Amino acid sequence: MSNAILGKKIGMTQVFDDSGAAIPVTVVEAGPCVIVQIKTDERDGYSAIQLGFGSRNENKVNRPEMGHFRKADVKPHRFLREVRIDNTEGLSVGSTLDASIFSPGDFVDVTGTSKGRGFTGVVKRWGFAGGNKTHGGEQDHRRPGSIGHSSWPSRVFKGKKMPGRHGAKRVTTQNLQVIQADAERSLLLIKGAVPGPPNGLLIVKKAVKQGK
Amino acid sequence: MNLIESVESQYVKTDIPDFSPGDLVRVNTRIREGRKERLQAYEGTVIRRSHSGLRQTFTVRRVAYGEGSERTFPLHSPNIESIQVVRHGAIRRAKLYYLRGRTGKATRIRERRRAANN
Repeated sequence: MSNAILGKKIGMTQVFDDSGAAIPVTVVEAGPCVIVQIKTDERDGYSAIQLGFGSRNENKVNRPEMGHFRKADVKPHRFLREVRIDNTEGLSVGSTLDASIFSPGDFVDVTGTSKGRGFTGVVKRWGFAGGNKTHGGEQDHRRPGSIGHSSWPSRVFKGKKMPGRHGAKRVTTQNLQVIQADAERSLLLIKGAVPGPPNGLLIVKKAVKQGK
Repeated sequence: MNLIESVESQYVKTDIPDFSPGDLVRVNTRIREGRKERLQAYEGTVIRRSHSGLRQTFTVRRVAYGEGSERTFPLHSPNIESIQVVRHGAIRRAKLYYLRGRTGKATRIRERRRAANN
């Protein structure tokens, strides 16, 4: 059985549980995904499945890629992602996975690409406190302050937290609870927020650190 | 219909009476005490409705024992058993925050007398 599925973040809303409490949920369009390739220990040195998700115009696919899809006898997909899996038994190339691999109450890890923030300062990027807003804060409101010492070491240490590009990185949020899984509508409701913007690609995987 | 709407449509209530800010309403909420469940009423003036769709909320203000109090309810919450409109108010703005600074006679709202469905 597969433990992961690819999906698209749709957005957030809320639902009510049996006790009437409002639960914040992210709506994910999960699957259907097709198994395009199966990697095995004997041949590849590790075992994994390659999943295809999303439709793609056939004339936009280059020949090497087309060959790859032909080999699996599946339509070209927009996204191909590989997921490690311990046991590939019972899985076959060309078979389809849908949201029913999860059920309400399951815990999942969701991987996506976080929203890109562009070039940001240290306050936003690293959570620095910045300077005083008043009491003669001068112009040091959001500056990093000193970045090191003088005669020793006479240099700035590697890895010093500085301004720069922030976001647009692969991020995984662990242990999110599945509230609803509906294979018919390819729908997953996941409690809480998941990384990335709406329409972003997500990998929803069974939680590594199962529950709490 | 997009996916979010289709999710929300399972939870959206359709039996909500027509009420707007300025109206005097009585909100019956379900309260759970141990095993038992009972209804508790909260009566006051609606001072705002905010958000849309399933996430819509409304705030009711009342003055109880000389102390002003406000409660915000999620409109579509299953814990809200019913909403009764006691009286429609004639008001000229969407949010009645100005009521917060007033007491007694100054908080009166004229009654709106019109056909029920407008």
